[in-house]
This record gives sequence, C-alpha cells and structure tokens, in this order.
Amino acid sequence: MSGASVLYDVPGPKAKVRNRVYSVIGSLAVLAVLAFVVMRLNDKGQFDPAKWNIFNYAGVRTSIRDGMLVTLQVFAVAAVLSLVLGVLLAVARLSDHKPVRWLATGFIELFRAVPLLITVYALWVILLSNREDFGLSGNQPQFWALVLGLTVYNGSVQAEVLRAGILSVPKGQSEAAYALGLSKTQVMMTVLIPQAVRAMMPTIISQLVVTLKDTSLGFVITYEELLYSARQMSTNIIVNGEDVYIPVIIVTGSLYVALCMALSALANWIERRGRQAKTGIGVAEAGEPVAATDAMEVGDAVPDAPAGEKTGKEN
Amino acid sequence: MNVLLDYLPEFRDGFLGTLAITGSSALLALVLGILIAGFRVSPIPPLRVFGTAWVTILRNTPLTLLFLVAVFVVPQILVPGASPFVLATLALGFYTSSFVCEAVRSGINTVPLGQAEAARSIGMTFSQTLRLVVLPQATRTVLPPMSSIFIALTKNSAIAGAFSVTELFAHSKLLSDRGYDIAWIFLWIALAYLVITFSISGLFRLLERRMGVAR
Repeated sequence: MSGASVLYDVPGPKAKVRNRVYSVIGSLAVLAVLAFVVMRLNDKGQFDPAKWNIFNYAGVRTSIRDGMLVTLQVFAVAAVLSLVLGVLLAVARLSDHKPVRWLATGFIELFRAVPLLITVYALWVILLSNREDFGLSGNQPQFWALVLGLTVYNGSVQAEVLRAGILSVPKGQSEAAYALGLSKTQVMMTVLIPQAVRAMMPTIISQLVVTLKDTSLGFVITYEELLYSARQMSTNIIVNGEDVYIPVIIVTGSLYVALCMALSALANWIERRGRQAKTGIGVAEAGEPVAATDAMEVGDAVPDAPAGEKTGKEN
Repeated sequence: MNVLLDYLPEFRDGFLGTLAITGSSALLALVLGILIAGFRVSPIPPLRVFGTAWVTILRNTPLTLLFLVAVFVVPQILVPGASPFVLATLALGFYTSSFVCEAVRSGINTVPLGQAEAARSIGMTFSQTLRLVVLPQATRTVLPPMSSIFIALTKNSAIAGAFSVTELFAHSKLLSDRGYDIAWIFLWIALAYLVITFSISGLFRLLERRMGVAR
C-alpha cells in the first residue's frame, strides 16, 4: 500500500462507485482467466481423481520426501560453503596486496558473468571424466558439481554483498580499532565483518533463497533432487494411459514456493527487527538487490549498504 | 583452443540463439512487468491482490520448474505444438516480469509525492497521472536495476538450452559430448556471455545519460 496512495486521492463518493465497478470487472477478468485454465485442464482430464490418487501411494511420497531431503542437503552444504567463500573473497578484494585483490576480482567477475548452469555443467563434465582421480563414485560427481557450482557463483555474489557491508561501516570504527593497537586481521574479524554481516543479513538471506531455487539446476545434470525426482515420477507413473505431469508439477511447485517463501519471510523479519534495534547499524532491504538482479558492474549494482529507496521494497 | 575455430558456425548460431531468446523474453517481461506494476499500484483491490500473487509466486519458483510448466502444462491449456522457442520465451518472460514489476514499482515510489498531487490537482485521472507524469520520471530510477535484471535474464536464458532451444549452452553441451576439452569451451562461452552482458550494461549507461531528469 505504501506507494499506492501517492497516485490517487482518498476516493470520494463518485470515485468509490467507479472503483467498485472496476473492482467487479477486474475480479471477473482475473477469475475468467483462472476458470479458463482450470477448465482447459479439466477438459484434458487433469483433475481426474485417479491422477491425484497417486499421492496416496507410499512410493510417491517417499520419492517426494527423498527429493526434498536431497534438495535441502545440497542447499545446506552449498549455503555454508558459499558464505565461507564469500567472506574469504570479500576480504581478499579489500586486501592491501595488489595480486590478491586482482585474483579475487577476476574470480568474482568470471563466475558472476557465466550462467550458473554452464558452470555446473562444466564442473560435472570435468568431475565425471576424472572421477577415478578424485575418488568419486555413484552420483557424487553430480552432487559435487552442483554444490561447487552453487558455491562459486553464490560465493562471488555474497562476497560483493559483504564487501558493500564492510565499506558501509563508518570509517571511524576501524580508525578507532587501529588506534587501540589492533592488527589488520583483528580489525577485520572483530570490528568490520560482524557489523557488515549484521547490516547485510537480509540481502544475504535473499541470496540464499536464490541458492535454494538454483538447486533445481541439478535437474539438468540428472542429479536426483526434488525437481528431478518429480520429473522421474511423472514419466514413470502412467494413469489411464497418460503421464501425471500436471499433478506432480503442481505439488512440487507448491513445495518450492513454500520453502522459498519461508526463507524470504525470515529475511523480512530480520530486516524489521534490525530496523527496530538501536545499534546504529543500518540494515539493508530484504528485497533482492544483488540477488535476482546481480549485475556485472560492481560499483553501482551492489546496494550501498543501508540501501535507500533504490531497490524493490517488500511489504 | 581450436574448438572455436573448428566450430565457428556452431558458436555463431548459439550466440545468435542466445540473443534471440534473451531479446524476445526481455520484451515480454517488460510489457508484462509494467502492466503488473500498474496493477499493484492501482486503486482497485482485486488487481492489487492479483499483482502481489503474481510476483510472490513467480519470484519464489525455480526457473527450471517454470520451464517444465511451459513445456508440459502450457500446451494443454493453449495451442498444442508451440515451438520450444515460444515456450521458453514464455517461461523466461513470465519469470523476469516479476522482477521488472518490482523494479518499476520501486521506481514509482521514488517519484516525489508533489508530482502526483500536482497532476491530480489539474484534473488528471489515475491512468493519465501514471502515464504522463509518474512513469516517465520513474523510468530514470528504474534503469540501473533494469539493466541488472536483463543481465540476469541473459544468464538465465542458458536454461532454455537444456529444453531444446538452440543457444550457447545447447551448443556447448553438443561440443563437449563430441569430446572437446570442456575448459576451452567454457572459456569461449564465458567470453560470449561477457560480450552480451557488457553490451547491455553499456546500452543502459547510454540510456541513463540520455534520459536524465533533473530533480
């Protein structure tokens, strides 16, 4: 509602009537589209109880549960690794040594520029063709290709987020810390990074939502995460001579949306809490400033820490 | 190294394919995104609810899943037998439209209150205010996030290659299946994407300079 009132006055009697008419027309239009979709699907027999009955079978439930667990497992490992990598890269980019800085910048720019799918695919091919050398077996090559791909890409993005956070800490803080005789490492570890993480928490979590969504790329390299098992189920199960794509897609889709929305809600909650706390550290917005939009040009794409009105505000 | 020279036509096709799918879905995303942003700021509650639902659902769904929806659900609802290119455009365009919508909406929020008030006081309607006063000014604020969205779109278009659209990823897969060194293919493909994304950010910087509004 925040922006809405900017554009129109509090409606008077005439406008109220008009708005009500538009409301009715608008709802009818929306309902008509929904009804059309439902009817078409019904015509094709997609709401046949037999097709939905498959979710009563233990086998289907087990494969959904297993797919979900695998997805969460990949997400957990990739999230931890990408945050570690993010901190390392952010610190390396702010290093006093030129080669370290260049190396980190090159790494970040390369992996942010290449589509994650291509990184994951390339890693998969490399791991698969050298599986003996790495001592991998079973579907480990897929797992590590997916996890490492997610790590290098999201780590690069998180590094930029953290760097913006570190740069947003008032200069006096590090000056004061140096004046107390702390070393460079101590200043970074005890003064700058904790504040940067706090300020950037909503953005970091929003990027984790992206990480969660991107685990579905495992589908392309035939790794058995949620989407892949959904696909397997829908091709293997035949009801009345037809596959069950639509029920399975609807169910797995809702699972993904629920998972991601739970994480987004966490980001929003932290943002609100952070704004209330009187620590003097600004908290970035929970939108998806770097996440969805992550850009090439480092300077202007990254939010200037306690981001102003720049990017999509959630309500 | 030689893989680029040996397979120049393939790389060219892939490059053009990526450009085509990015361009068409960018257009769709732009149109849909602005429309939905209009819904979200409108005085009509059902449309606002619709816009919010649209953005929430599309932003929280993995793009790969949307591709599955486009390939298996859309043909059941609309005409069957649409080409993979059209279906991929739908998936990418719908997904990106939610981000475009949010960017436009936050752009609208940055236009000073007085502007809309002045427009209303001279008797403009909601759609006139939006079209003639607010959106032209919002455009400028929206440009930087929009450039990032289109860069993300370019990278996301790689997924279309996994769903049998001819573009860079599809060709890189083809060549690595033929046994070429993946490292070189990867580097050339990375370079191709860099070319596209740098052009987009350059284009937008140009636009920003041209469309500057003094505030």
